[in-house]
Amino acid sequence: MSSAENTARGIAAAVRAGERSAVDVVEEHLARIAGREGEIHAFNEVLADEARAAAEAIDRGDRSGALAGVPVAVKDNLCTRGIPTTCSSKILEGWRPPYDATVVSRLLAAGAINIGKTNLDEFAMGSSTENSAFGPTRNPHDTSRVPGGSSGGSAAAVAAGFAPLSLGSDTGGSIRQPAALCGVVGVKPTYGLVSRYGLVAFASSLDQVGPFATTVADAALLLEVIAGHDPMDSTSIERPAPSLVEVLEAGVDGLRVGVLREMVDAEGIAPDVRRRTEEAAEALAAAGAKVEEASVPAATLGLSAYYLIAPAEASSNLARYDGVRYGLRVDAPNTGLMNEASRTAGFGAEVKRRIMLGTYALSAGYYDAYYGKAQQVRTLIIRDFQAAYEQFDLLLSPTSPTTAFPLGAKVDDPLTMYLNDVCTIPTNLAGDPAMSVPFGAGDDGLPIGVQLLAPALGEATMFRAAAVLEGVAP
Amino acid sequence: MADRITRDDVAYVANLARLRVSDDELDMFTGQLAAVLAHADDVAALDTAGVPPTAHPLPLENVLRADEPRPSLDRVEVLAAAPAVEDDRFRVPPVLGEAP
Repeated sequence: MSSAENTARGIAAAVRAGERSAVDVVEEHLARIAGREGEIHAFNEVLADEARAAAEAIDRGDRSGALAGVPVAVKDNLCTRGIPTTCSSKILEGWRPPYDATVVSRLLAAGAINIGKTNLDEFAMGSSTENSAFGPTRNPHDTSRVPGGSSGGSAAAVAAGFAPLSLGSDTGGSIRQPAALCGVVGVKPTYGLVSRYGLVAFASSLDQVGPFATTVADAALLLEVIAGHDPMDSTSIERPAPSLVEVLEAGVDGLRVGVLREMVDAEGIAPDVRRRTEEAAEALAAAGAKVEEASVPAATLGLSAYYLIAPAEASSNLARYDGVRYGLRVDAPNTGLMNEASRTAGFGAEVKRRIMLGTYALSAGYYDAYYGKAQQVRTLIIRDFQAAYEQFDLLLSPTSPTTAFPLGAKVDDPLTMYLNDVCTIPTNLAGDPAMSVPFGAGDDGLPIGVQLLAPALGEATMFRAAAVLEGVAP
Repeated sequence: MADRITRDDVAYVANLARLRVSDDELDMFTGQLAAVLAHADDVAALDTAGVPPTAHPLPLENVLRADEPRPSLDRVEVLAAAPAVEDDRFRVPPVLGEAP
């Protein structure tokens, strides 16, 4: 799928030059979707008619955009005006937002074509896309396996060639882990680099929108389009989008790269994943980087802190689903019972679990022991990352402890499922950028990704190393 | 370190969160939440005296904009998404007591 003519850069260049029509591009991708979507279920809705109409408008009109004629699949927790946005939850089934998320507006302004809304774990809570109210997504490399999650539909759509690009959201690894399991590139940008306006909130201090792509250059291009200050998001950083595509050839000569011991040696990291991570470190060293061992001791506390902080924020954010202004209402004799009946019928088990966990962590008598402590641990994690980045330009770790696991393997044991995120969570707590780059296969032949981590706004350095790894990946 | 979460605790927080939970679900959720909270004992047991809490990764300040009128969401479009509407307002069942 990554031959030049199928990349976003290749498509946009050909459409801009008048060598390919956007309509042909869209039809090719709709044909691929027709061929395999039945077994993969990457989408909650394929926007075939809308995509054809948008392509015709581009062919007739402005073909100058950075993403002219490029189909993009959009995670179904990003608001699309007039187009259902469900978060894969019954509580929002059929809801049509009255506005576009800023990232969606920027995509459309760059000439991209929204080809469909992708499946996710309900409200982005999960690591396998099995928590969707509309059924699981399957991994295109082996349909008996999960694609990872929560952005499993977006990862699978790119891996299956349904679109060269997609958007996901990453609260604790929800872009990077499915990218690793599906063999594609996935980026969690610096917190505040990409607007969250129109991203349905899960954990507001952790959520960030980012790209999936088949190549590092395509991921860089999409991030350039969606990044940059947005007055509609008060947490948006007031600086222009970084230049990423132009640094991709810069190499890693002289860069200091730290291999994160705590994550490489973490409990549950499979031997083949550990081996590929060591090989990636050797590859960066061979390309001229100074590679040494690094340590972020407090990262080992990340998982525990995250599963107190994220549910606490979720319990507050999801209080808005009350059956009053939009979404599901189950009738009852009074408003309190109506709220309860609507929420009980509308939310799935994992969402209920996290709402209750968060409510408990915030409740009187437990606040200091759980939520308060977790916030202090967050400070320790930030300090340890800062100390590591005084010695290193980048850090390297596995993305996911294992390759894609079979559907159903972990669904009854939430804690085991949560352990998938052990390498990705600390970055979200710190607010820093990280990305997963495909780096060979495991003993089972399924994709493995390695994770590059950088200090806040260190995307350019991170993409340089990603391009090097992409060039030498086994 | 906090005590193990009980069935009554789960029933209490479910009510706070406006969720109705069956007896079977109470058993399931109590076990699952206890396992997650037990994993968090490493955090709960940590000596963090003097460490300031972090609520947010950015050094945030209040963000202000000029107080100028500008278009907002379209009222008709917004109300069209509501389960029940009356006289341009969201309609809900009685807030206090039973329906007449």
